Amino acid sequence: MDRYLSEKTIKVVIAKPGLDGHDTGAKVVAHALKDAGMEVIYTGLHRTIEEIVATALEEDADVIGLSIYSGAHLPLSKKLIEQLKERDIADKIVLVGGNIPQRDVKTLKKYGITEVFPIGAKLENIVEFIKDRLKRKNEKI
Amino acid sequence: MKKSKPEELREVTLESGIKVKPVYGPEDIKDINFEKEIGQPGDFPFTRGIHPLMYCKRPWTMRQYSGFGTARETNKRFKWLLKQGQTALNVAFDLPTQLGLDSDDPFAEEEVGRVGMAIDTLKDLEEAFAGIPIDKISTSLTINPVASVMLAMYLVVAEKQGIPWENIRGTTQNDILKEYIGRGTWIFPIEPSIRLIGDVVEFCFKNVPKFNPFSVCGYHIRESGATPIQEMAYAFEIAAAYIQEVLKRGLGIDDFAGRIAFNFDIHGNLWEQVAKFRAGRRLWAKIIKERFGAKNPRSMVLRMIAGGGGGGLTIQQPENNIVRGAYYALISALSGTQTMALCSYDEAYTIPSKKAALISLRTMQILADEMGLKDTVDPLGGSYYIEWLTDKMEKKIVEYMDMVEEMGGMVEAVKSGTIQREVARQAYIRAKKIQSGEITKIGVNKYEMDEEKAEIEFHPFNPRVAEEQKRKIKEIKKQRNENDVKETLLGLKKAAQSSKNVMPYILKAVKCYATLGEITRVFKDVFGKFEEPIGL
Repeated sequence: MDRYLSEKTIKVVIAKPGLDGHDTGAKVVAHALKDAGMEVIYTGLHRTIEEIVATALEEDADVIGLSIYSGAHLPLSKKLIEQLKERDIADKIVLVGGNIPQRDVKTLKKYGITEVFPIGAKLENIVEFIKDRLKRKNEKI
Repeated sequence: MKKSKPEELREVTLESGIKVKPVYGPEDIKDINFEKEIGQPGDFPFTRGIHPLMYCKRPWTMRQYSGFGTARETNKRFKWLLKQGQTALNVAFDLPTQLGLDSDDPFAEEEVGRVGMAIDTLKDLEEAFAGIPIDKISTSLTINPVASVMLAMYLVVAEKQGIPWENIRGTTQNDILKEYIGRGTWIFPIEPSIRLIGDVVEFCFKNVPKFNPFSVCGYHIRESGATPIQEMAYAFEIAAAYIQEVLKRGLGIDDFAGRIAFNFDIHGNLWEQVAKFRAGRRLWAKIIKERFGAKNPRSMVLRMIAGGGGGGLTIQQPENNIVRGAYYALISALSGTQTMALCSYDEAYTIPSKKAALISLRTMQILADEMGLKDTVDPLGGSYYIEWLTDKMEKKIVEYMDMVEEMGGMVEAVKSGTIQREVARQAYIRAKKIQSGEITKIGVNKYEMDEEKAEIEFHPFNPRVAEEQKRKIKEIKKQRNENDVKETLLGLKKAAQSSKNVMPYILKAVKCYATLGEITRVFKDVFGKFEEPIGL
């Protein structure tokens, strides 16, 4: 339970769901998180939500980051959250990045996405957000 | 006014790592042999352009990327663009189509008609080009792993319009190696994918001689993070891999090299881009002549589409992208491009709206007709700086090509994931430079404004497209002769298993309305799937 107090490495799964092949953003974020000392598992392209959830379980990840540029972020995110709930791991931090219009941010959060980092988001903000959230989550526990 | 001392000057280093001085003069280009290295436009090594008169004779082709929803909707947009003075079509397919999935495939869910038009059978492509005289225009089909199938459909559409294949002009993007590096629409492993490219080249050489069977895309490699030097070097190494595949089949280099096309990126420093293209033309001519032994000068010309540079556009203050688009158009015209396609100002967000597409088209038309770009060829030629930089860029591109050669060529470099990792590393470096302000982006890290999160109008996604496509597939499956479909697919499978050219077999299957998904499944069964080398 004191995983973060003892500074255990934060584990992040960066995932590319669906058919969209734009992976530059995902890889850039992955690099930034690694530089910040986190362990990053990148899924590669064309993953199903089922595969992503399985990876997150297998790796016991703290954070799942979805990267989506095709415009299909709403249905994909919804599906992910549903499956996390089914597997009883809805407490994971779930971030969505990519080509996300401002007006969809609210909807994504309503679905249960923890935070959204659209194109142009600062890398340091993503790092800080993850660290901060995990710290707070841990304090609660 | 106080004069600034030289040591106060900002040191300028281009993205390609080349340091730039404040002033250039004759001394800087004294070692460049004008006749040998620069020469006349239209003459080897084509530094100044691939035609003697370039735009003085005919301006560049204007070809905005377009397509969404159903074939019928796209057909309307095509006709509208042509009416506005566009001279060619550049077809966008949705992701399921690009990945060889039918609209009723579970994995296609939520993606049907989203980023381009959905094509499941010949019927769809017939509708997309209904009433468009395809012998009068050239068409670019932006599709890669299943380019062979889309080309077959296009040829049958032509046949049905009564147009002989000899009169068909256009391009299939058909560049799989760059898909593994960036863009990501790959299906099959590398070797069979390259074999399919070879089949298309061979088939076009014999049957569709005015068609460009592949267009090597430095563009997406640059968009994925590569420097301008890497963009050119990797594109040339990719082209070399395809050339070797075709030569293996007994074709001579002069049989097909003249039909090789390239697609390059524009964003970044103006001078660096212009020099990149002048250097690229010169180097490509030398490669085709010296490495591959071509005799015909027309085989040695680097023909390209340029103008887009999505990576340079910003989500912040989106109207600024209109201005960027105009500069990109200027850069590509100064670079001597054959075809131009601009990213529309809303492209950082969405599929171009009609208004945005029209502004892009008008940008090119204004440039061609108002600004004097048709007056004289290669107006920057002879500039001390440009010629010096062209020379430097050429040498650097060669260096990076040598690195790929040392890895065993592009196929090996992609198989091991080395190139993908390098490009991703460059993307990270670039992202950090933009965030630190080392690379200036107006509206992002300089002159930022507290924007009312102003929303650009989005291209509406129509979920009914998927329903419509599914209905059509059902209907076609009812009407077509199932036996013919089975037989032609079996024939295709046998051809794929052998070393025969698959094109005639794809054509047969397409004609009896086998779906794109059914044809792709045959290839998946025979070739298997690409295993992405994942590593950061």
